[in-house]
Amino acid sequence: MRMPARSIARACAALACGACSLHNSQNALDASGPQSGRIAGLWWLMLPIASVVWVIVVAILMWGAARKRSPRETAETRAGSEVLARNDARDRRMTRIVAGGVIATVLTLFFVLVADFRVGQALTMPPSTKAVPIKIVGHQFWWEVQYPDSIPNRSVITANEVHIPVGTPVVMELRSFDVIHSIWVPSLTGKKDLMPGYTRSLWFRADTPGVYRGQCAEFCGLEHAKMQMLVIAQTQNDFDAWLSAQRDTAKTPSDSLAQHGKTVFEGTTCVMCHAISGTTAAATLGPDLTHVGSRQTIAAGTLRNTDANLYSWISDPQRIKPGVLMPATKLSPRDMQALVAYLRQLK
Amino acid sequence: MTAPPVAVGDSVPVDDRAEREQMTRVWERKPGLWGWLTTTNHKEIGKRYITTAFIFFLLGGIEAAMMRAQLSRPENSFLGPDKYNQIFTMHGSTMMFLFAVPIMESLGLYFVPLMVGTRNVAFPRLNAFGYWLFLIGGSFLYVQFFLNTGPDVGWFAYVPLSGPAFSPGKRADTWAQTITFTEIVAIVGAIELIVTIFKQRAVGMSLNRIPIFVWAMLVTAFMIMFAMPAVATASMYLALDRLVGTHFFNPSEGGDVLLWQHMFWFFGHPEVYIIFLPATGLVSTMLPAFTRRPVFGYPAMVLALVSVAFMAFGLWVHHMFATGIPQLAASFFTATSTMIAIPSGVQIFCWLATIWSGRPRFATPLLFIMGFIVLFVIGGVTGVMIASVPFDLQVHDTFFIVAHFHYVLMGGAVFPLFGAFYYWFPKVTGRMLSERLGKWNFWLFFIGMNLTFFPMHWLGFYGMPRRVYTYLASTGWGPLNLLASIGALVIASSVIIFLVNVLVSVRDGAIAGDNPWDADTLEWATSSPPPPYNFLHLPVVQGRSALWDEGDEHQVAVGTSTERREVLLTTTLDAQPDSRESHPHDSIWPFAMALAIGVLFITAIFTALALPIGGALALVAFAGWAWPSSEDVKTESDEKISLEGA
Repeated sequence: MRMPARSIARACAALACGACSLHNSQNALDASGPQSGRIAGLWWLMLPIASVVWVIVVAILMWGAARKRSPRETAETRAGSEVLARNDARDRRMTRIVAGGVIATVLTLFFVLVADFRVGQALTMPPSTKAVPIKIVGHQFWWEVQYPDSIPNRSVITANEVHIPVGTPVVMELRSFDVIHSIWVPSLTGKKDLMPGYTRSLWFRADTPGVYRGQCAEFCGLEHAKMQMLVIAQTQNDFDAWLSAQRDTAKTPSDSLAQHGKTVFEGTTCVMCHAISGTTAAATLGPDLTHVGSRQTIAAGTLRNTDANLYSWISDPQRIKPGVLMPATKLSPRDMQALVAYLRQLK
Repeated sequence: MTAPPVAVGDSVPVDDRAEREQMTRVWERKPGLWGWLTTTNHKEIGKRYITTAFIFFLLGGIEAAMMRAQLSRPENSFLGPDKYNQIFTMHGSTMMFLFAVPIMESLGLYFVPLMVGTRNVAFPRLNAFGYWLFLIGGSFLYVQFFLNTGPDVGWFAYVPLSGPAFSPGKRADTWAQTITFTEIVAIVGAIELIVTIFKQRAVGMSLNRIPIFVWAMLVTAFMIMFAMPAVATASMYLALDRLVGTHFFNPSEGGDVLLWQHMFWFFGHPEVYIIFLPATGLVSTMLPAFTRRPVFGYPAMVLALVSVAFMAFGLWVHHMFATGIPQLAASFFTATSTMIAIPSGVQIFCWLATIWSGRPRFATPLLFIMGFIVLFVIGGVTGVMIASVPFDLQVHDTFFIVAHFHYVLMGGAVFPLFGAFYYWFPKVTGRMLSERLGKWNFWLFFIGMNLTFFPMHWLGFYGMPRRVYTYLASTGWGPLNLLASIGALVIASSVIIFLVNVLVSVRDGAIAGDNPWDADTLEWATSSPPPPYNFLHLPVVQGRSALWDEGDEHQVAVGTSTERREVLLTTTLDAQPDSRESHPHDSIWPFAMALAIGVLFITAIFTALALPIGGALALVAFAGWAWPSSEDVKTESDEKISLEGA
């Protein structure tokens, strides 16, 4: 890493800026769990070493280029060329210095290697306590999130929002049936690819309650950029309450607008891709909408979940996420308002 | 040894002129378009090759600038995802396959014969064929791009995204077929380089005396021979999956998506060193001229090159740490990825020692060399960091990696390359580039490079993945991205200054003379630009610095024919005269063969009929190529070769 005063200033400015204006919850160096914490620790160990290496090399380069040459280092003429005289004694001395440099390099690298392996070993150790199992399925361009249960109708399916309890390890089972995706929530842990044909797993723990942003890290097609997720770490009680609420089937709407919206939903192409438990909609191509009203965002983290955003999203998803697999839905304004009202009350 | 057939008399100027005219008659190409198409002279082809590759560099640069424009602010609408994905794929594919590897090989094909003191490259028709195929393959990619059929699956084209199910249409086929073109081009270039270096060196240039750039090209050529077949096979599997319906990479039919990554990176990581090693060779070969001493630690430098080449094949999995490779296996690749820093360190220490003990002359090439060391070490230390599995799992596929490999490839390869342009431009054109513009070129490049890529390290930590066409304002990535985009403008202005410098200097630059830098390698022993036959008398080498170690007597090897094209073959280890080899004449058949192969590859993505039709055309071209001519190739013994003082 470069480390002259100017660069230090720049780096610090960037860091400070990160603390004030950046979304705190998506930052590999602002660790909120042991996994990301260990990795950030590794960085803070390697950064000074790398900086010292760089400073030494550049200092020698500058000094070697600029130093005053003694008059004894005169040029001699060989076959018409002005070439420095051979100086075997000096070259032998330099050989010793270079050899010393190589040994120092080897020792430094070995030290870094041991630190790497220690962190790597700590991260690969499966959690000793009972972990919360979560299944993640990657889709173009959203995340399916499942909370399996031994009793099938107690399992939960949601999308793009992973709730986890604080202080308890989480084990994610990662699968994909289309292309390769990669799950990455920098504040909590490093990434892991979702490989079609393989099942991968990832375990981590959040220590501080909060909302952590993540997004797909493996190029997966047109809307790779807008395949985002939120990980919401909450206390065990809040988490249990959320999970049991998610187990409920969808509420039957009470007001007439939402009731009409339900009819619209069940009578249009929505049901070709989406499911709402407790209704006739049971397709699995798109996100499960049973509790869509309770989610903070729509379009895989692209828009805040508001009436207006939902309205424009359903009317023309291609304008917001060009290339998303959801087609535009042509509805009259009244039907659309009813549909939005219905979906929004699915808490 | 018997007397040479060509006598060297006392009145050198008179004899010299007649002799030169005779040699020019034998070696120069026919005039006009026909001559242009049929030439097999390594310098003509090399110049075209370098120019073509540089044009691809400019195109790749324009694509980079467009990406930076799009990312300069959040939710920008300059490029949509469809265009952006094509453009970042084109940028990567262009820079890796159409610029970096070809320009290093073409520098080798131009300068290696001059540096080893021979008249042409081995297999000159293959050389012409390679260039034409490169031109056809590269143009094919860009024609497709301008027809909106440019690849959009990344330069790595991971399956299953690039497979038939998720990339319908011809975009991914364009990518796969371009790769097939460039692999063949790279491999034929490597064959020519290896044979030229092993068999056509000047008398006395034993293996421990060849210039380090030539060593670097030799090592690189071997790496190409082993690395390229892996990706050529992979791209053929992909083409079969897409065009024929095989299931190499289809998991639901027992195919494997990881297989692609292994095959791609088995090529893809050595590829980095295929680009970087020639660049280190350029540095080591330029440095003596600007420090007035031979490069320090020649044996260590050469051993470093060779060991890097071996290790480069043992670390491809570090591109795949996030795929779920078992920890123990990954540790092996962490160790090798860390280990490869050792030979790179050896090279850097030797350059530092050379500069320290030398008498630096701060011409533009030396500035680029020093800039190279400053930038490359940044890329090197971040390279050691990302060798670590846990750390890589955070920064993999983020802008941290983008920053890292641009420091390595731009700092580590493009900077030496620009230094090399300033250094060898006088040899190729006979005129010097402007030093004043050169300094502007360097400083803007250096500043722009750091403005663009240094902030990207932090963007990586803040969670910005690669290959995203946009980002939300709430991410807070805007300011650093804007900074990077401003840096891109600075780099662009620097490259424009370079272009101006070239265009002005090629007509009005100072006349260079044979050896403007007072350098030590053989290419400076002939005129600038060199005559078609390179050297009137083949040089004899008496030391590692060919021109500096010459005794009082200038020795040459005489005895090769002046009546027809002939090169002198020497023994591989000691470069003692071995035999005289007739050298092929100019021919249209390499061009015809390239056209036939071009037709075959390009139409193959549209119809299976391409195979019989293109195959038949290629057969015709091959027959023409191989047809025995009246000037039959024959090899003669060395009895007529003699060494003389001239």
